[in-house]
Amino acid sequence: MHETRYHRPSSLDEAAKILSASADGRYLSGGQTLIPTMKHRLAEPTDLIDLTRLAELKGISESGGALTIGAATTHAEVASSDAVRKAIPALAALAGKIGDPAVRHKGTIGGSIANNDPGADYPAAALGLGATIHTSKRAIAADDFFKGMFTTALEDGEIVTKVSFPIPTKAAYEKFHNAASRYALTGVFVAVTKGGDVRVAVTGAGASGVFRAGGIEAALSSTFAADAIGGVAIDSSDLLSDIHGSADYRANLIKVMAERAVAAIA
Amino acid sequence: MTTVAMTVNGKAVSVDSEDRALLVEVLREKLNLTGTHVGCDTSQCGACVVLVDGVAVKSCTMLAAQADGSTVETIESLAKNGELHPMQVAFNENHGLQCGFCTPGMIMTAVDMVRRRGKTLDDTTIRHELEGNICRCTGYVNIVKAIKAGAARM
Repeated sequence: MHETRYHRPSSLDEAAKILSASADGRYLSGGQTLIPTMKHRLAEPTDLIDLTRLAELKGISESGGALTIGAATTHAEVASSDAVRKAIPALAALAGKIGDPAVRHKGTIGGSIANNDPGADYPAAALGLGATIHTSKRAIAADDFFKGMFTTALEDGEIVTKVSFPIPTKAAYEKFHNAASRYALTGVFVAVTKGGDVRVAVTGAGASGVFRAGGIEAALSSTFAADAIGGVAIDSSDLLSDIHGSADYRANLIKVMAERAVAAIA
Repeated sequence: MTTVAMTVNGKAVSVDSEDRALLVEVLREKLNLTGTHVGCDTSQCGACVVLVDGVAVKSCTMLAAQADGSTVETIESLAKNGELHPMQVAFNENHGLQCGFCTPGMIMTAVDMVRRRGKTLDDTTIRHELEGNICRCTGYVNIVKAIKAGAARM
């Protein structure tokens, strides 16, 4: 790992000031992606600004039909939270299947969303539930937040502070994980909103990261049943193809995972 | 350089280290606690698992600086007055190791598992909880048996 300077600011303002004063600084949350990336020398930030101790980024609360989770909340905290399990059990279950126990004790929801790894789980929940991503500057709808692989609407220096998930009528997440990395080879989050809309978000499969499966949404909107998905055509030209699975294989996995998710809640 | 103040295995320590130093490097090289192993160094194998503020983390995937102000427990904290910890005894009795390289991480993960999930653990729970710990000598049958037995005695 290249040399770096570690900072532990006591407020969001101080964090932003340290970042803007640094030559090439990065915010550090749980570090479960950034630190391995630095060890491989694929990232060499001059400064690391640790956000995990900021009280402004902590806590889980429910109000006005939405569940709000602070950005520095770990996957383990979300998975074991009574509030999350009661309001959106699919979200608690998703958090409990990220990586392994040690990774879940460090990794955070804010870090996962800001990093937008194409195989990460949380982007599927945020997009599938139609979440709002709150930052140090504004609020951004999930539909406008994820801009492609490892790319988001975040501007330089902007910090994800919390994520608000509208509580759905029902939701489920099914993932086919890569056995080694435990990332989603394909993961599908299905939600029926309080307004009756069906939202289906796919992670792990898209060449441009997480996306909504419009064809499956349309099919489920007319009949909310697992066997409504079989006839949907999935265009594999925009899907990832690598040593773990071809685009056609992933196209099939999208339907199978969607069927399983719907079967769990239909 | 930064000064990292931690409580390690019940003792307050203060260590000067580079900001880029990993927690496992400081434990092994500055504090001579070489029971914590580096296996893959890529966050996959779990040989480096220690408990930070009471929960299992991969010490190869955390900067020492992040642990400033924290309580750290390593494999060396388990045996008391020459008596092995019940989980260590269970690994011994059930032949839960072959070369032993992964064992410190397995045992710290097992201790974390019992603290969070209780003393009565079924095979499925143990196997899911072990998803971040890799043994390359043999299989996991005796490791699972050892954890089940050790958990019951903790």
